[in-house]
Amino acid sequence: MSARALPQQESWLRSMFDFYATTMRTQIQTQFQYRAATYMYTLGMVAEPTIYLVVWRTIANSHGGSVGGIDAGQFAAYYIVWTLVRTMNVVFTPFGWEERIREGQLSAQLLRPLHPVHYDLGWFAGHKIPWLVMYLPIAIGLSLIFHPTIDPRPLEVLVFLVAIWGAYVIRSLNHFVLGMVTIWTTRASAIFQVWFLSELLLSGRLVPLTLMPHWAQAVSSWLPFKWTFYFPIETLVGNMSTASLIGGLGMQLLWTGVGALLVTGTWRLSVRHYSAVGN
Amino acid sequence: MAAVVEVEALTKVFRVPEREAGLRASLRGLVNRTWREVRAVDAISFSIEAGEVVGFLGPNGAGKTTTLKMLSGLLFPTSGEGRVLGHIPSKRERDYLRRMTLVMGNRNQLQWDLPALDSFELNRAIYRLPRADFARTRDELIDLLDVGDLVRKPVRNLSLGERMKVEVVGSLLHLPQVLFLDEPTIGLDVTMQKRIRNFIAEYNARYGATVLLTSHYMADVEALCKRVIVIHHGKILFDGQLSTLGDRFGAYKTIEAVLADGERISLRVPRAETSQATAKLLAEHEVHDLTVEDPPIEDVIEQVFAS
Repeated sequence: MSARALPQQESWLRSMFDFYATTMRTQIQTQFQYRAATYMYTLGMVAEPTIYLVVWRTIANSHGGSVGGIDAGQFAAYYIVWTLVRTMNVVFTPFGWEERIREGQLSAQLLRPLHPVHYDLGWFAGHKIPWLVMYLPIAIGLSLIFHPTIDPRPLEVLVFLVAIWGAYVIRSLNHFVLGMVTIWTTRASAIFQVWFLSELLLSGRLVPLTLMPHWAQAVSSWLPFKWTFYFPIETLVGNMSTASLIGGLGMQLLWTGVGALLVTGTWRLSVRHYSAVGN
Repeated sequence: MAAVVEVEALTKVFRVPEREAGLRASLRGLVNRTWREVRAVDAISFSIEAGEVVGFLGPNGAGKTTTLKMLSGLLFPTSGEGRVLGHIPSKRERDYLRRMTLVMGNRNQLQWDLPALDSFELNRAIYRLPRADFARTRDELIDLLDVGDLVRKPVRNLSLGERMKVEVVGSLLHLPQVLFLDEPTIGLDVTMQKRIRNFIAEYNARYGATVLLTSHYMADVEALCKRVIVIHHGKILFDGQLSTLGDRFGAYKTIEAVLADGERISLRVPRAETSQATAKLLAEHEVHDLTVEDPPIEDVIEQVFAS
Protein backbone atom coordinates (compact mmCIF):
# COMPACT_ATOMS: atom_id res chain seq x y z
CA MET A 1 0.00 0.00 0.00
CA SER A 2 1.47 3.32 -0.96
CA ALA A 3 1.29 6.12 1.54
CA ARG A 4 -1.15 8.38 -0.25
CA ALA A 5 -2.66 6.34 -3.01
CA LEU A 6 -6.44 6.23 -2.94
CA PRO A 7 -7.84 2.74 -3.19
CA GLN A 8 -9.17 2.00 -6.66
CA GLN A 9 -12.90 2.24 -7.15
CA GLU A 10 -15.07 -0.31 -8.87
CA SER A 11 -17.56 0.81 -11.54
CA TRP A 12 -20.66 2.56 -10.23
CA LEU A 13 -23.21 -0.02 -11.38
CA ARG A 14 -21.20 -2.94 -10.17
CA SER A 15 -20.44 -1.30 -6.86
CA MET A 16 -24.13 -0.40 -6.29
CA PHE A 17 -25.11 -4.00 -6.91
CA ASP A 18 -22.37 -5.06 -4.53
CA PHE A 19 -23.56 -2.54 -1.93
CA TYR A 20 -27.18 -3.75 -2.07
CA ALA A 21 -26.15 -7.40 -1.96
CA THR A 22 -23.80 -6.80 1.00
CA THR A 23 -26.35 -4.73 2.91
CA MET A 24 -29.07 -7.31 2.40
CA ARG A 25 -26.74 -10.10 3.46
CA THR A 26 -25.75 -8.17 6.58
CA GLN A 27 -29.37 -7.58 7.47
CA ILE A 28 -30.33 -11.23 7.00
CA GLN A 29 -27.51 -12.12 9.40
CA THR A 30 -28.87 -9.60 11.90
CA GLN A 31 -32.34 -11.12 11.60
CA PHE A 32 -30.92 -14.53 12.40
CA GLN A 33 -29.50 -13.13 15.64
CA TYR A 34 -33.04 -12.53 16.87
CA ARG A 35 -34.99 -15.58 15.75
CA ALA A 36 -37.65 -15.36 18.46
CA ALA A 37 -38.30 -11.71 17.61
CA THR A 38 -38.65 -12.63 13.93
CA TYR A 39 -41.21 -15.35 14.76
CA MET A 40 -43.21 -12.98 16.94
CA TYR A 41 -43.05 -10.19 14.38
CA THR A 42 -44.27 -12.50 11.65
CA LEU A 43 -47.17 -13.67 13.82
CA GLY A 44 -48.00 -10.03 14.52
CA MET A 45 -48.00 -9.32 10.80
CA VAL A 46 -50.49 -12.13 10.27
CA ALA A 47 -52.83 -11.02 13.06
CA GLU A 48 -53.98 -7.80 11.36
CA PRO A 49 -55.17 -9.29 8.04
CA THR A 50 -56.67 -12.31 9.78
CA ILE A 51 -58.86 -10.00 11.90
CA TYR A 52 -59.97 -8.06 8.79
CA LEU A 53 -60.62 -11.32 6.99
CA VAL A 54 -62.73 -12.84 9.75
CA VAL A 55 -64.76 -9.63 10.08
CA TRP A 56 -65.45 -9.34 6.33
CA ARG A 57 -66.26 -13.05 5.95
CA THR A 58 -68.75 -12.74 8.76
CA ILE A 59 -70.31 -9.66 7.15
CA ALA A 60 -70.36 -11.35 3.75
CA ASN A 61 -72.01 -14.46 5.14
CA SER A 62 -74.66 -12.36 6.89
CA HIS A 63 -75.38 -10.53 3.60
CA GLY A 64 -76.11 -13.59 1.54
CA GLY A 65 -72.51 -14.50 0.75
CA SER A 66 -70.96 -11.27 -0.55
CA VAL A 67 -70.36 -7.58 0.19
CA GLY A 68 -70.08 -5.12 -2.68
CA GLY A 69 -69.64 -8.04 -5.06
CA ILE A 70 -66.81 -9.62 -3.08
CA ASP A 71 -67.53 -13.08 -1.70
CA ALA A 72 -65.87 -14.92 1.19
CA GLY A 73 -63.35 -16.69 -1.05
CA GLN A 74 -62.31 -13.40 -2.67
CA PHE A 75 -61.93 -11.75 0.74
CA ALA A 76 -59.73 -14.66 1.77
CA ALA A 77 -57.58 -14.24 -1.35
CA TYR A 78 -57.38 -10.47 -0.83
CA TYR A 79 -56.16 -10.66 2.75
CA ILE A 80 -53.80 -13.60 2.27
CA VAL A 81 -52.07 -11.71 -0.55
CA TRP A 82 -52.42 -8.55 1.56
CA THR A 83 -50.14 -10.18 4.15
CA LEU A 84 -47.38 -10.65 1.61
CA VAL A 85 -47.80 -7.13 0.23
CA ARG A 86 -47.77 -5.68 3.74
CA THR A 87 -44.55 -7.57 4.49
CA MET A 88 -43.01 -6.13 1.36
CA ASN A 89 -44.22 -2.68 2.36
CA VAL A 90 -42.37 -2.52 5.66
CA VAL A 91 -39.83 0.30 5.35
CA PHE A 92 -37.88 2.55 7.69
CA THR A 93 -40.54 4.40 9.65
CA PRO A 94 -40.50 8.21 9.82
CA PHE A 95 -40.90 7.79 13.60
CA GLY A 96 -37.40 6.25 13.61
CA TRP A 97 -35.81 9.45 12.38
CA GLU A 98 -35.89 11.07 15.80
CA GLU A 99 -33.71 8.29 17.20
CA ARG A 100 -31.62 8.25 14.03
CA ILE A 101 -30.73 11.90 14.62
CA ARG A 102 -30.46 11.77 18.40
CA GLU A 103 -28.19 8.71 18.43
CA GLY A 104 -25.89 10.17 15.78
CA GLN A 105 -26.75 7.53 13.18
CA LEU A 106 -27.64 10.16 10.59
CA SER A 107 -24.31 11.92 11.16
CA ALA A 108 -22.52 8.61 10.61
CA GLN A 109 -24.43 8.09 7.37
CA LEU A 110 -23.70 11.64 6.21
CA LEU A 111 -20.00 10.96 6.49
CA ARG A 112 -20.25 8.16 3.96
CA PRO A 113 -19.98 8.70 0.21
CA LEU A 114 -23.42 7.25 -0.43
CA HIS A 115 -26.92 8.68 -0.11
CA PRO A 116 -28.56 7.21 3.03
CA VAL A 117 -31.70 6.29 1.08
CA HIS A 118 -29.72 3.48 -0.55
CA TYR A 119 -28.86 2.19 2.88
CA ASP A 120 -32.54 2.14 3.91
CA LEU A 121 -33.57 0.45 0.68
CA GLY A 122 -30.91 -2.24 0.95
CA TRP A 123 -31.41 -2.75 4.66
CA PHE A 124 -35.16 -3.34 4.54
CA ALA A 125 -34.94 -5.41 1.38
CA GLY A 126 -32.68 -7.77 3.32
CA HIS A 127 -35.07 -7.62 6.26
CA LYS A 128 -37.79 -9.16 4.14
CA ILE A 129 -36.03 -12.30 3.06
CA PRO A 130 -36.48 -14.22 6.36
CA TRP A 131 -40.04 -12.89 6.62
CA LEU A 132 -40.89 -14.04 3.11
CA VAL A 133 -39.55 -17.49 3.90
CA MET A 134 -41.75 -17.59 6.99
CA TYR A 135 -44.75 -16.23 5.08
CA LEU A 136 -45.02 -19.23 2.77
CA PRO A 137 -46.12 -21.81 5.41
CA ILE A 138 -48.40 -19.19 6.96
CA ALA A 139 -50.05 -18.51 3.58
CA ILE A 140 -50.56 -22.24 3.06
CA GLY A 141 -52.11 -22.54 6.55
CA LEU A 142 -54.44 -19.58 5.97
CA SER A 143 -55.44 -21.00 2.57
CA LEU A 144 -56.38 -24.35 4.12
CA ILE A 145 -58.54 -22.57 6.69
CA PHE A 146 -60.18 -19.83 4.57
CA HIS A 147 -60.26 -21.34 1.03
CA PRO A 148 -59.29 -18.32 -1.08
CA THR A 149 -60.58 -17.86 -4.62
CA ILE A 150 -57.48 -17.11 -6.67
CA ASP A 151 -56.58 -18.06 -10.22
CA PRO A 152 -54.02 -15.63 -11.65
CA ARG A 153 -52.72 -15.65 -15.22
CA PRO A 154 -48.92 -15.93 -15.72
CA LEU A 155 -48.83 -12.25 -16.74
CA GLU A 156 -50.58 -11.27 -13.50
CA VAL A 157 -48.05 -13.25 -11.47
CA LEU A 158 -45.24 -11.54 -13.34
CA VAL A 159 -46.73 -8.07 -12.82
CA PHE A 160 -47.34 -8.90 -9.16
CA LEU A 161 -43.67 -9.80 -8.65
CA VAL A 162 -42.63 -6.46 -10.13
CA ALA A 163 -45.40 -4.50 -8.39
CA ILE A 164 -44.53 -5.63 -4.86
CA TRP A 165 -41.00 -4.30 -5.31
CA GLY A 166 -42.34 -1.14 -6.92
CA ALA A 167 -44.61 -0.68 -3.91
CA TYR A 168 -41.63 -1.16 -1.62
CA VAL A 169 -39.57 1.49 -3.41
CA ILE A 170 -42.44 4.04 -3.53
CA ARG A 171 -43.22 3.61 0.17
CA SER A 172 -39.51 3.78 1.09
CA LEU A 173 -39.05 7.06 -0.80
CA ASN A 174 -42.22 8.58 0.63
CA HIS A 175 -41.28 7.68 4.17
CA PHE A 176 -37.77 8.99 3.67
CA VAL A 177 -39.18 12.38 2.64
CA LEU A 178 -41.59 12.29 5.55
CA GLY A 179 -38.84 11.35 7.99
CA MET A 180 -36.77 14.33 6.91
CA VAL A 181 -39.40 16.57 8.51
CA THR A 182 -37.69 15.58 11.77
CA ILE A 183 -34.62 17.56 10.70
CA TRP A 184 -36.79 20.68 10.64
CA THR A 185 -38.95 20.06 13.68
CA THR A 186 -38.06 17.59 16.40
CA ARG A 187 -41.66 16.53 17.13
CA ALA A 188 -43.07 15.51 13.79
CA SER A 189 -45.27 12.64 15.01
CA ALA A 190 -48.55 14.51 14.43
CA ILE A 191 -47.72 14.95 10.74
CA PHE A 192 -46.84 11.28 10.44
CA GLN A 193 -50.15 10.25 12.06
CA VAL A 194 -52.15 12.23 9.46
CA TRP A 195 -50.17 10.53 6.69
CA PHE A 196 -50.66 7.03 8.09
CA LEU A 197 -54.39 7.56 8.66
CA SER A 198 -54.78 8.70 5.05
CA GLU A 199 -52.81 5.68 3.90
CA LEU A 200 -54.89 3.30 5.99
CA LEU A 201 -58.12 4.55 4.43
CA LEU A 202 -57.03 5.23 0.86
CA SER A 203 -54.60 2.41 0.12
CA GLY A 204 -56.79 -0.66 0.40
CA ARG A 205 -55.09 -1.66 3.60
CA LEU A 206 -58.16 -1.44 5.82
CA VAL A 207 -60.74 -2.50 3.22
CA PRO A 208 -60.61 -3.25 -0.50
CA LEU A 209 -60.94 0.09 -2.29
CA THR A 210 -64.03 -1.05 -4.21
CA LEU A 211 -65.90 -0.99 -0.90
CA MET A 212 -65.03 2.66 -0.33
CA PRO A 213 -67.31 5.52 -1.51
CA HIS A 214 -66.78 6.59 -5.12
CA TRP A 215 -65.26 9.93 -4.13
CA ALA A 216 -62.70 8.13 -1.94
CA GLN A 217 -61.82 5.81 -4.83
CA ALA A 218 -61.39 8.84 -7.11
CA VAL A 219 -59.15 10.59 -4.58
CA SER A 220 -57.07 7.46 -4.06
CA SER A 221 -56.21 7.33 -7.76
CA TRP A 222 -54.38 10.66 -7.40
CA LEU A 223 -52.37 9.62 -4.36
CA PRO A 224 -49.50 7.13 -4.07
CA PHE A 225 -51.13 4.90 -1.44
CA LYS A 226 -53.27 2.84 -3.82
CA TRP A 227 -50.21 1.85 -5.84
CA THR A 228 -48.46 0.44 -2.80
CA PHE A 229 -51.29 -1.76 -1.45
CA TYR A 230 -54.40 -2.16 -3.56
CA PHE A 231 -52.75 -2.36 -6.96
CA PRO A 232 -50.22 -5.14 -6.14
CA ILE A 233 -52.95 -7.16 -4.39
CA GLU A 234 -55.37 -6.76 -7.27
CA THR A 235 -52.79 -7.87 -9.85
CA LEU A 236 -52.96 -11.30 -8.26
CA VAL A 237 -56.51 -11.60 -6.94
CA GLY A 238 -58.50 -9.34 -9.30
CA ASN A 239 -59.33 -9.70 -12.94
CA MET A 240 -57.32 -6.83 -14.36
CA SER A 241 -56.96 -6.33 -18.08
CA THR A 242 -53.48 -6.31 -19.58
CA ALA A 243 -53.83 -2.57 -20.18
CA SER A 244 -54.73 -2.01 -16.50
CA LEU A 245 -51.78 -4.11 -15.38
CA ILE A 246 -49.31 -2.19 -17.53
CA GLY A 247 -50.99 1.11 -16.64
CA GLY A 248 -50.62 0.28 -12.95
CA LEU A 249 -46.92 -0.40 -13.36
CA GLY A 250 -46.70 2.93 -15.20
CA MET A 251 -48.32 4.68 -12.23
CA GLN A 252 -45.83 2.99 -9.92
CA LEU A 253 -43.02 4.24 -12.14
CA LEU A 254 -44.49 7.74 -12.02
CA TRP A 255 -44.72 7.72 -8.21
CA THR A 256 -41.20 6.31 -7.98
CA GLY A 257 -40.02 9.28 -10.07
CA VAL A 258 -41.96 11.72 -7.92
CA GLY A 259 -40.55 10.14 -4.76
CA ALA A 260 -36.99 10.22 -6.10
CA LEU A 261 -37.34 13.89 -7.04
CA LEU A 262 -38.77 14.75 -3.64
CA VAL A 263 -36.00 12.83 -1.85
CA THR A 264 -33.32 14.61 -3.88
CA GLY A 265 -34.81 18.08 -3.45
CA THR A 266 -35.74 17.88 0.21
CA TRP A 267 -32.48 16.12 1.05
CA ARG A 268 -30.44 19.05 -0.27
CA LEU A 269 -32.44 21.53 1.77
CA SER A 270 -32.52 19.34 4.87
CA VAL A 271 -28.79 18.68 4.92
CA ARG A 272 -28.18 22.43 4.86
CA HIS A 273 -30.50 22.78 7.82
CA TYR A 274 -29.15 19.77 9.73
CA SER A 275 -27.62 20.78 13.02
CA ALA A 276 -25.96 17.43 13.85
CA VAL A 277 -27.33 17.48 17.38
CA GLY A 278 -26.86 14.40 19.50
CA ASN A 279 -23.69 12.44 19.13
CA MET B 1 4.39 22.08 1.80
CA ALA B 2 0.83 22.63 0.56
CA ALA B 3 -1.96 23.27 3.03
CA VAL B 4 -4.41 20.39 3.27
CA VAL B 5 -6.83 22.17 5.59
CA GLU B 6 -7.51 25.84 5.01
CA VAL B 7 -9.98 27.71 7.16
CA GLU B 8 -10.85 31.34 6.56
CA ALA B 9 -13.16 33.31 8.88
CA LEU B 10 -15.22 30.18 9.48
CA THR B 11 -18.31 30.95 11.53
CA LYS B 12 -21.24 28.93 12.80
CA VAL B 13 -24.18 30.54 14.53
CA PHE B 14 -26.92 28.36 16.03
CA ARG B 15 -30.37 29.72 16.71
CA VAL B 16 -31.69 28.05 19.83
CA PRO B 17 -35.07 28.41 21.57
CA GLU B 18 -34.93 29.81 25.06
CA ARG B 19 -37.43 30.04 27.89
CA GLU B 20 -37.63 30.23 31.64
CA ALA B 21 -38.56 27.17 33.70
CA GLY B 22 -42.14 26.54 34.78
CA LEU B 23 -45.64 26.10 33.40
CA ARG B 24 -46.30 29.81 32.82
CA ALA B 25 -43.17 30.21 30.71
CA SER B 26 -44.10 27.05 28.88
CA LEU B 27 -47.54 28.44 28.00
CA ARG B 28 -46.03 31.77 26.96
CA GLY B 29 -43.64 29.85 24.71
CA LEU B 30 -46.60 28.40 22.82
CA VAL B 31 -47.55 31.80 21.41
CA ASN B 32 -44.36 33.79 21.72
CA ARG B 33 -41.23 31.74 21.40
CA THR B 34 -37.96 33.54 22.03
CA TRP B 35 -34.73 32.63 20.33
CA ARG B 36 -31.13 33.26 21.09
CA GLU B 37 -28.19 33.22 18.73
CA VAL B 38 -25.16 31.26 19.84
CA ARG B 39 -21.89 31.91 18.00
CA ALA B 40 -20.37 28.47 18.41
CA VAL B 41 -17.49 29.27 16.06
CA ASP B 42 -16.58 32.89 15.50
CA ALA B 43 -14.56 33.74 12.39
CA ILE B 44 -11.66 31.37 12.97
CA SER B 45 -8.81 31.03 10.47
CA PHE B 46 -5.95 28.54 10.31
CA SER B 47 -4.30 26.16 7.93
CA ILE B 48 -2.75 22.72 8.35
CA GLU B 49 -0.10 21.26 6.10
CA ALA B 50 0.01 17.73 4.76
CA GLY B 51 1.12 15.18 7.34
CA GLU B 52 0.77 17.53 10.32
CA VAL B 53 -0.83 16.30 13.55
CA VAL B 54 -2.48 19.26 15.23
CA GLY B 55 -4.14 19.33 18.64
CA PHE B 56 -7.36 21.30 18.78
CA LEU B 57 -7.86 22.27 22.40
CA GLY B 58 -10.55 24.03 24.32
CA PRO B 59 -13.00 23.57 27.19
CA ASN B 60 -16.45 22.07 26.69
CA GLY B 61 -18.56 24.25 24.40
CA ALA B 62 -15.51 26.05 22.97
CA GLY B 63 -16.43 25.20 19.37
CA LYS B 64 -14.05 22.30 18.70
CA THR B 65 -16.61 19.70 17.66
CA THR B 66 -18.62 22.25 15.68
CA THR B 67 -15.48 23.11 13.73
CA LEU B 68 -14.73 19.45 13.04
CA LYS B 69 -18.33 18.88 11.94
CA MET B 70 -18.07 21.80 9.51
CA LEU B 71 -14.77 20.52 8.14
CA SER B 72 -16.20 17.05 7.64
CA GLY B 73 -19.30 18.34 5.85
CA LEU B 74 -21.82 17.53 8.58
CA LEU B 75 -22.63 21.18 9.23
CA PHE B 76 -23.03 24.12 6.89
CA PRO B 77 -21.04 27.15 8.02
CA THR B 78 -22.99 30.35 8.63
CA SER B 79 -20.20 32.29 6.91
CA GLY B 80 -16.55 31.98 6.01
CA GLU B 81 -15.00 29.07 4.22
CA GLY B 82 -13.31 25.80 4.95
CA ARG B 83 -11.34 23.93 2.32
CA VAL B 84 -9.96 20.44 2.85
CA LEU B 85 -7.92 18.61 0.21
CA GLY B 86 -9.13 21.25 -2.23
CA HIS B 87 -12.80 20.46 -1.54
CA ILE B 88 -15.40 22.62 0.14
CA PRO B 89 -16.67 20.19 2.80
CA SER B 90 -20.23 21.54 2.88
CA LYS B 91 -20.69 20.43 -0.73
CA ARG B 92 -20.28 16.87 0.54
CA GLU B 93 -18.73 15.64 -2.69
CA ARG B 94 -18.24 11.88 -2.82
CA ASP B 95 -14.59 12.26 -3.75
CA TYR B 96 -14.08 14.28 -0.61
CA LEU B 97 -15.99 11.92 1.69
CA ARG B 98 -13.86 9.05 0.41
CA ARG B 99 -10.69 10.87 1.44
CA MET B 100 -11.49 11.89 4.99
CA THR B 101 -12.91 10.49 8.19
CA LEU B 102 -14.40 11.89 11.37
CA VAL B 103 -13.98 9.68 14.39
CA MET B 104 -16.01 10.66 17.40
CA GLY B 105 -15.29 8.92 20.68
CA ASN B 106 -18.96 8.40 21.46
CA ARG B 107 -20.19 7.42 18.03
CA ASN B 108 -21.12 3.92 17.03
CA GLN B 109 -21.08 3.13 13.33
CA LEU B 110 -20.79 -0.63 13.74
CA GLN B 111 -23.64 -3.12 13.48
CA TRP B 112 -24.51 -3.87 17.08
CA ASP B 113 -25.51 -7.50 16.66
CA LEU B 114 -22.80 -8.66 14.28
CA PRO B 115 -19.04 -9.12 14.48
CA ALA B 116 -17.16 -6.01 13.38
CA LEU B 117 -15.84 -7.93 10.37
CA ASP B 118 -19.35 -7.78 8.89
CA SER B 119 -19.49 -4.00 9.40
CA PHE B 120 -16.09 -3.72 7.74
CA GLU B 121 -17.46 -5.65 4.79
CA LEU B 122 -20.32 -3.16 4.56
CA ASN B 123 -17.83 -0.30 4.59
CA ARG B 124 -15.96 -1.99 1.75
CA ALA B 125 -19.14 -1.90 -0.32
CA ILE B 126 -19.98 1.69 0.68
CA TYR B 127 -16.51 3.00 -0.17
CA ARG B 128 -16.36 0.86 -3.31
CA LEU B 129 -13.05 -0.73 -2.38
CA PRO B 130 -11.70 -3.60 -4.45
CA ARG B 131 -11.70 -6.75 -2.33
CA ALA B 132 -7.96 -7.36 -2.48
CA ASP B 133 -7.07 -3.78 -1.43
CA PHE B 134 -9.70 -3.89 1.27
CA ALA B 135 -8.52 -7.21 2.71
CA ARG B 136 -4.93 -6.01 2.80
CA THR B 137 -5.77 -2.73 4.55
CA ARG B 138 -8.17 -4.41 6.97
CA ASP B 139 -5.63 -7.01 8.03
CA GLU B 140 -2.94 -4.38 8.38
CA LEU B 141 -5.11 -2.17 10.60
CA ILE B 142 -6.31 -5.13 12.66
CA ASP B 143 -2.69 -6.06 13.17
CA LEU B 144 -1.65 -2.51 14.08
CA LEU B 145 -4.33 -2.23 16.77
CA ASP B 146 -4.04 -5.88 17.77
CA VAL B 147 -7.79 -6.53 17.55
CA GLY B 148 -7.71 -9.88 15.73
CA ASP B 149 -9.82 -11.59 18.41
CA LEU B 150 -12.23 -8.72 18.89
CA VAL B 151 -13.41 -8.34 15.31
CA ARG B 152 -14.97 -11.81 15.38
CA LYS B 153 -17.19 -11.13 18.40
CA PRO B 154 -20.60 -9.43 18.13
CA VAL B 155 -20.05 -5.73 18.79
CA ARG B 156 -22.58 -5.77 21.65
CA ASN B 157 -20.23 -8.11 23.57
CA LEU B 158 -17.26 -5.73 23.42
CA SER B 159 -16.23 -3.35 26.19
CA LEU B 160 -16.15 0.40 25.51
CA GLY B 161 -12.41 0.39 24.87
CA GLU B 162 -12.56 -2.67 22.65
CA ARG B 163 -15.40 -1.16 20.69
CA MET B 164 -13.48 2.07 20.23
CA LYS B 165 -10.53 0.20 18.77
CA VAL B 166 -12.64 -1.63 16.22
CA GLU B 167 -14.51 1.62 15.48
CA VAL B 168 -11.18 3.21 14.60
CA VAL B 169 -10.31 0.34 12.28
CA GLY B 170 -13.72 0.68 10.59
CA SER B 171 -13.19 4.41 10.08
CA LEU B 172 -9.84 3.97 8.36
CA LEU B 173 -10.49 1.09 5.98
CA HIS B 174 -10.69 3.51 3.05
CA LEU B 175 -7.29 4.93 4.04
CA PRO B 176 -8.43 8.54 4.53
CA GLN B 177 -5.83 11.23 3.97
CA VAL B 178 -7.37 13.54 6.54
CA LEU B 179 -8.45 12.40 10.01
CA PHE B 180 -10.67 14.49 12.23
CA LEU B 181 -10.53 12.84 15.62
CA ASP B 182 -12.95 14.11 18.23
CA GLU B 183 -11.88 12.82 21.63
CA PRO B 184 -10.91 9.38 20.36
CA THR B 185 -9.76 8.24 23.80
CA ILE B 186 -12.70 9.46 25.84
CA GLY B 187 -13.72 7.05 28.59
CA LEU B 188 -10.85 4.66 27.96
CA ASP B 189 -8.39 3.39 30.55
CA VAL B 190 -4.76 4.48 30.47
CA THR B 191 -3.52 1.40 28.61
CA MET B 192 -6.20 1.68 25.97
CA GLN B 193 -5.54 5.40 25.57
CA LYS B 194 -1.89 4.68 24.97
CA ARG B 195 -2.70 2.00 22.41
CA ILE B 196 -4.95 4.37 20.45
CA ARG B 197 -2.31 7.12 20.63
CA ASN B 198 0.39 4.84 19.31
CA PHE B 199 -1.90 3.73 16.56
CA ILE B 200 -2.65 7.30 15.45
CA ALA B 201 1.06 8.10 15.42
CA GLU B 202 1.79 4.96 13.41
CA TYR B 203 -1.00 5.68 10.92
CA ASN B 204 0.26 9.23 10.48
CA ALA B 205 3.81 8.04 9.91
CA ARG B 206 2.87 5.18 7.62
CA TYR B 207 0.35 6.96 5.40
CA GLY B 208 1.39 10.58 5.77
CA ALA B 209 -2.14 11.45 6.87
CA THR B 210 -3.06 14.87 8.20
CA VAL B 211 -4.69 14.77 11.64
CA LEU B 212 -6.72 17.32 13.56
CA LEU B 213 -7.34 15.98 17.05
CA THR B 214 -9.41 17.18 19.97
CA SER B 215 -8.88 15.69 23.39
CA HIS B 216 -9.28 16.60 27.02
CA TYR B 217 -6.39 14.28 27.85
CA MET B 218 -3.18 16.27 27.65
CA ALA B 219 -1.24 13.03 27.38
CA ASP B 220 -2.82 12.56 23.93
CA VAL B 221 -1.79 16.02 22.85
CA GLU B 222 1.73 15.82 24.25
CA ALA B 223 2.32 12.43 22.63
CA LEU B 224 0.96 13.29 19.21
CA CYS B 225 0.94 17.02 18.50
CA LYS B 226 3.81 19.42 17.99
CA ARG B 227 1.35 22.14 17.15
CA VAL B 228 -1.81 23.09 18.98
CA ILE B 229 -4.69 25.42 18.27
CA VAL B 230 -6.50 26.64 21.36
CA ILE B 231 -10.10 27.74 20.92
CA HIS B 232 -12.38 29.32 23.51
CA HIS B 233 -15.84 30.86 23.09
CA GLY B 234 -15.52 30.13 19.37
CA LYS B 235 -12.35 32.20 18.92
CA ILE B 236 -8.77 31.08 18.49
CA LEU B 237 -6.61 32.07 21.45
CA PHE B 238 -3.39 30.41 20.39
CA ASP B 239 -2.01 28.71 17.30
CA GLY B 240 1.57 27.54 17.47
CA GLN B 241 4.06 25.00 18.74
CA LEU B 242 3.01 23.17 21.88
CA SER B 243 6.46 23.90 23.32
CA THR B 244 5.90 27.65 23.07
CA LEU B 245 2.49 27.53 24.71
CA GLY B 246 4.13 27.41 28.13
CA ASP B 247 6.42 30.33 27.30
CA ARG B 248 3.48 32.48 26.40
CA PHE B 249 0.85 31.43 28.89
CA GLY B 250 2.74 29.63 31.67
CA ALA B 251 2.64 32.28 34.37
CA TYR B 252 4.99 30.50 36.76
CA LYS B 253 7.77 27.96 37.04
CA THR B 254 8.40 25.39 39.69
CA ILE B 255 11.80 25.26 41.44
CA GLU B 256 12.49 22.04 43.29
CA ALA B 257 15.54 21.73 45.45
CA VAL B 258 17.11 19.16 47.79
CA LEU B 259 19.04 20.91 50.56
CA ALA B 260 22.21 19.69 52.28
CA ASP B 261 20.26 18.45 55.30
CA GLY B 262 18.03 16.34 53.02
CA GLU B 263 15.06 18.68 53.19
CA ARG B 264 13.12 18.98 49.93
CA ILE B 265 11.54 22.27 49.01
CA SER B 266 9.30 23.25 46.13
CA LEU B 267 8.79 26.86 45.14
CA ARG B 268 6.28 28.24 42.67
CA VAL B 269 7.56 31.56 41.35
CA PRO B 270 6.38 33.98 38.65
CA ARG B 271 8.07 33.16 35.35
CA ALA B 272 9.85 36.53 35.14
CA GLU B 273 11.40 36.07 38.58
CA THR B 274 12.70 32.55 38.04
CA SER B 275 16.38 33.36 37.68
CA GLN B 276 16.30 35.82 40.56
CA ALA B 277 14.61 33.31 42.86
CA THR B 278 17.01 30.55 41.83
CA ALA B 279 20.02 32.74 42.50
CA LYS B 280 18.69 33.71 45.91
CA LEU B 281 18.03 30.08 46.82
CA LEU B 282 21.55 29.06 45.86
CA ALA B 283 23.06 32.00 47.73
CA GLU B 284 21.17 31.43 50.98
CA HIS B 285 21.21 27.62 51.16
CA GLU B 286 23.55 24.78 50.54
CA VAL B 287 21.77 23.00 47.68
CA HIS B 288 22.51 19.42 46.62
CA ASP B 289 20.10 19.18 43.74
CA LEU B 290 17.98 21.72 41.88
CA THR B 291 15.47 21.55 39.04
CA VAL B 292 13.47 24.30 37.34
CA GLU B 293 10.38 23.09 35.52
CA ASP B 294 7.62 24.52 33.40
CA PRO B 295 4.15 23.97 34.85
CA PRO B 296 2.22 20.90 33.69
CA ILE B 297 0.57 21.47 30.34
CA GLU B 298 -2.88 21.11 31.97
CA ASP B 299 -2.11 24.15 34.12
CA VAL B 300 -0.91 26.10 31.09
CA ILE B 301 -4.07 25.33 29.19
CA GLU B 302 -6.13 26.36 32.19
CA GLN B 303 -4.17 29.60 32.18
CA VAL B 304 -4.90 30.09 28.48
CA PHE B 305 -8.64 29.69 29.05
CA ALA B 306 -8.52 32.04 32.01
CA SER B 307 -6.60 34.73 30.12
